[in-house]
Amino acid sequence: MKAAVVVFPGSNCDRDCKVAIERSAGARVEMVWHQETALPDDLDLIVLPGGFSYGDYLRCGAMAAQSPVMREVVKAAEDGVAVVGICNGFQVLTEVGLLPGALLRNAKLKYVCKPVALDVVNSQTRFTASFGEQRSAVMTVGNGEGNYFADEATLDRIEGEGQVVFRYQDNPNGSARDIAGVMNAKGNVLGLMPHPDRAFDPDLGSEDGALLFRSIFASA
Amino acid sequence: MKAKVQVFLKPGVLDVQGKAVEAALHGLGWADVSGVRVGRTIEFDLTETDAAKAEAEVKAMCDELLANTVIESYRVEIA
Repeated sequence: MKAAVVVFPGSNCDRDCKVAIERSAGARVEMVWHQETALPDDLDLIVLPGGFSYGDYLRCGAMAAQSPVMREVVKAAEDGVAVVGICNGFQVLTEVGLLPGALLRNAKLKYVCKPVALDVVNSQTRFTASFGEQRSAVMTVGNGEGNYFADEATLDRIEGEGQVVFRYQDNPNGSARDIAGVMNAKGNVLGLMPHPDRAFDPDLGSEDGALLFRSIFASA
Repeated sequence: MKAKVQVFLKPGVLDVQGKAVEAALHGLGWADVSGVRVGRTIEFDLTETDAAKAEAEVKAMCDELLANTVIESYRVEIA
């Protein structure tokens, strides 16, 4: 069981992700600098962490999407490796085209940092299998541009295909149809604004994030 | 040639920054202001001397990087 966490200049949740994956799933985690042109072999999971990659220049995630390592991440995703983008990582995944839609500035202009309650909309995914009968989860959000947007036709399509994985119970940022987490059609790439890496220990107020990491390695 | 690219959120995509600026202008007494949109301007030089080719080149740059066409539209001026 092996994971890689990509580190961009300005990532600030990279170490949180490493510790969260190690403690939740007992997997080995390698940190991969954004200028690498190859990924470690035999990865079960690649995580794009939260933060402010490249200072959010141009658009959140736009510069990171052009990093050398992202070409390898796209290839790995095409090969079926699980990829999870958390917060800024979600923005990078939409910018690079692995996920539909985009993240806009929060509807009320405020940076929102608080635990939020989520519905686990689709528990039949490789990211949520370990939730079992549990249909809700608590994780912390921390974002200024977490307002998920896609045109109506795209929203209808991703809802119809079961690609909406998590939904906010009380929408904190104006996201279309309360969407908090979405995956690609193939089901191996997930982006979400709430942080599973801040919810893997009772001392953090929730262990629900650990279920997400365990799901990935349970199916690996 | 000189290129000037203006990028704005598409009509229909909520521009909260524009809304906030509009509210601030109203607060300062300019009650006749409406429809404020905040965008971004990107300027640069090109060695290309043919205006049509330069425009095609810049549009490709917009589609690939300078704008996110899921949420933004752009305008290109070549001079």
